Amino acid sequence: MRYLPLTPDDRALMLKKIGAPDMDALFRDVPRAAVVPLSAFDLPDTQGELEVERALSKLAAKNIAAGAAPFFCGAGAYRHHVPSAVDHLIQRSEFLTSYTPYQPEIAQGTLQYLFEFQTQVALLTGMEVANASLYDGSTATAEAVMMAQRITRRGKAILSGGLHPHYAETVETVAGLSGVITRAPVTPGNAEDIISLIDDQTACVVVQSPDVFGLIRNLRPIAEAAHAKGALLIAVVTEIVSLGLLESPGAQGADIVAAEGQSLGNGLNFGGPYVGLFATREKFLRQMPGRLTGETVDVEGRRGYVLTLSTREQHIRREKATSNICTNSGLCTLAFTIHLSLLGEEGFTGLARLNHAKACALADRLSAIAGAQLVTPAFFNEFTLKLSKPAAPLVDMLAKKGVIAGVPASRLMPHEKSAANLLIVAATETSTDGDFAALERALKEIL
Amino acid sequence: MELDPNRRRVTAPGPMPPETLRTISGDRGLDHEEKLIFEIGRQGVTGVDLPQVQISDARLAGLRRKSAIGLPGLSEPEVIRHYVRLSRMNYAIDAGLYPLGSCTMKHNPRLNEKMARLPGFGDLHPMAPRSTTQGALALISELMHWLTTLTGMPAVAMSPKAGAHGELCGLLAIRAAIAARGETRPRILVPESAHGTNPATAAFAGFTVDEVPAKPNGHVDAEALKAKLGPDVAAIMLTNPNTCGLFEGEVIEIAKAVHAAGAYFYCDGANFNAIAGRVRPGDLGIDAMHINLHKTFSTPHGGGGPGAGPVVLSAALAPFAPLPLLVVDGDGFKLIEDRDELRLFPEVGGAKPFGRMCAFHGQMGMFVRALAYMLSHGRDGVRQASEDAVLSANYILASLKDVMSAPFGEGPCMHEALFDDSFLEGSGVTTLDFAKAMIDEGYHPMTMYFPLVVHGAMLIEPTESESRESLDRFIHVLRELALEAKAGITARFEGAPRLAPRRRLDETAAARKPVLRWSEERFASANEMVQRTISGDERPEQKRRAVDTVAE
Repeated sequence: MRYLPLTPDDRALMLKKIGAPDMDALFRDVPRAAVVPLSAFDLPDTQGELEVERALSKLAAKNIAAGAAPFFCGAGAYRHHVPSAVDHLIQRSEFLTSYTPYQPEIAQGTLQYLFEFQTQVALLTGMEVANASLYDGSTATAEAVMMAQRITRRGKAILSGGLHPHYAETVETVAGLSGVITRAPVTPGNAEDIISLIDDQTACVVVQSPDVFGLIRNLRPIAEAAHAKGALLIAVVTEIVSLGLLESPGAQGADIVAAEGQSLGNGLNFGGPYVGLFATREKFLRQMPGRLTGETVDVEGRRGYVLTLSTREQHIRREKATSNICTNSGLCTLAFTIHLSLLGEEGFTGLARLNHAKACALADRLSAIAGAQLVTPAFFNEFTLKLSKPAAPLVDMLAKKGVIAGVPASRLMPHEKSAANLLIVAATETSTDGDFAALERALKEIL
Repeated sequence: MELDPNRRRVTAPGPMPPETLRTISGDRGLDHEEKLIFEIGRQGVTGVDLPQVQISDARLAGLRRKSAIGLPGLSEPEVIRHYVRLSRMNYAIDAGLYPLGSCTMKHNPRLNEKMARLPGFGDLHPMAPRSTTQGALALISELMHWLTTLTGMPAVAMSPKAGAHGELCGLLAIRAAIAARGETRPRILVPESAHGTNPATAAFAGFTVDEVPAKPNGHVDAEALKAKLGPDVAAIMLTNPNTCGLFEGEVIEIAKAVHAAGAYFYCDGANFNAIAGRVRPGDLGIDAMHINLHKTFSTPHGGGGPGAGPVVLSAALAPFAPLPLLVVDGDGFKLIEDRDELRLFPEVGGAKPFGRMCAFHGQMGMFVRALAYMLSHGRDGVRQASEDAVLSANYILASLKDVMSAPFGEGPCMHEALFDDSFLEGSGVTTLDFAKAMIDEGYHPMTMYFPLVVHGAMLIEPTESESRESLDRFIHVLRELALEAKAGITARFEGAPRLAPRRRLDETAAARKPVLRWSEERFASANEMVQRTISGDERPEQKRRAVDTVAE
């Protein structure tokens, strides 16, 4: 087997050194009844690289990749162009095959990029501090709610109807154990009245902007209302590129920002791995979940970085930790950081403008079609259309014609009858005029 | 052990390297100092060329950003050089043996990286129409078959994103199963040798944690555990093989007692790599176990992630598995993503999902890599890998236990060899010093001070990826270090490491006044520190002028 360096001779010699007659002797603590022969496993034997590549390529070829068709899906995962340098750099062995930087003297590479990542996330979100990542946007949101419950010592969390339904369900599953989760009504294309739901039992209000339908939400009045009742505002961002064009959540009064960072540096990957961004005010630092990298000096006075404030974490604090997270999204944070370093201020804001311009152009074309109506008056790179027919079967039919038209809202919220005819459509810098024309033509034919 | 006669046998430290040699650049040969991107970048520079477009504010709800973000601008060559230089400050399994016990730093095949990047997997949207994602769903189904077959368990929840997330998934399934019986059981038993994530997860899931002691032989105290069982106990969380590197031989008996008390058996599967292909957890009476794909099935650790932590479930817990559920019917594979869809699929009748662990369907990128690993190894290769991992750990234990102290060294270990610090007693050398001296020898240290059940623990996991030559060399270095420490020759240990990109860092200062990000205000003082690091006596003004001149 090509990955196993020991030869039969090596094994025999090593057993001799150990003083064991055979391998079974090393497994002597395992109850006899629990040892099974190889034939107990209905699985194939060793295969060469060529055979494995062939088998997996065959499976991959059964899918229609986003780049292989006119493609308009968003709803929490976005297709952006990732510069070639990003993937090249993250595949360097020293990044790819290293562990969590617990030995800082020989992990300055990882620690320094995490420090850069934390700074970038804090700048984008308009917050004071950011951690070194969580799994993804949805789990970051659940962690944010639990953090707000700890800070306020209150249990109630109010989720906006515009919060991505998968995020809302993740919050209910995890943070529902430590408090009551209330979901505001779903109002596609409008901001619901969430302020009237805030009371003095409320730990936090969770608002996504742009929301799951693409609508840009004004967080300022919600932040003021929450603060007046002693509650926190958690802002959720699923499309981080939007912060190149829009006011940051921090500037609008958010106390915690939980975001999905996939758009920068990371592919669609059928939903994972992605990268959870988490930022907050300095005063809440010690209630934060996840790893933090801090600056310090070595014994010779040279600047260096270490993991810090780990007394919040499970490996030190065990059952009193702020979270159980251990493995996070290390390499995805590196991809994020490199992509954003390449973009810089000029590239990132330019990318955001380009996304918005594309989405506006597409919205204008599609909303001119009879039977398609734009329901989101303000949006970034994603908007929602109300069609004259149910969206889900229409998307399936268009897929057969080779157009991936977007995400039907009913797939995310099958119980919402009002969502049946809603189609969530995203456009990014990767969308072309040809793609727009193909979708326009297909919709005209079918509506 | 035979020593290479050509290898210079150093019994006392020779002259230390010329640390005092100060270069003009501040760099030393291939070792380059590197500033932060915020100190390198300028305004008006970018590494990405994009078409310029005009936009109006009409659809921005009056929320257009008014101020700059403050991101630095760098060209592509600068970005590449920056991150290449940073990479060279890292240790990596590709560069050397990485004996971190419990972490399983094994070889990461590059085929797996290539497969995960096939556009059909890497460029596939999680909400794309199901008819366009059949190959991806088939891959997940195939991986589920491997995982359930290797573990002998009937079901698996695929969405958890890492080991600790898998633990949470398992405990939430247990909580739901208990609630479905109309009971409340607030307590979870966790052995003191457990990973920190176990008690943290139990608390996270709303349980109280009750610690079970270890016996002097490193095994969990089964009698103490049984005595703690009662109608308020929801589950035990046991790692097997345990964190002392030992197989819990009483596991079947423990499982019986746990089930008799109406509780469930959660197994931390972090060490599954010792027994895969030989022992099926399902045969041991386990109800739930997460599998760290980034350990046993070699998806790269990536400097701390991403991982994946699918959870195999017993028949008792399977109905409570979280959404989404993968089903197959005449039209192919389908995902049930919402409770409302359950009624459309009578074949999953009885499913009562406890909720959702995360958005979408789990760590697909890791699934592809893990399946590539499994297909490459095959069942015979998986078993051989487990055996080689156990053999290598025992070889290290047998080769070092006369000079180091192995608290449970009388019998064989599983895939990791545990030592304590009693061999260092009176030497003035600590476990930390010993580990840091390994860095100067070109090795990443072993896991230190874990598990907590032995004093000054050193937990060595060589994995199956090392040749015998590599193991012998490692053993030789550790023997020599141990002998020197015991002989009171402590020069190598004092202040080690000396040859790494950094020497010991002040962690106390980092925690006392945390500096967690770069900021404009701190630039002046930081810049001074950078200058000191980089070139000793060059003044910041001169440096900046030099940069300006180049830019012109």
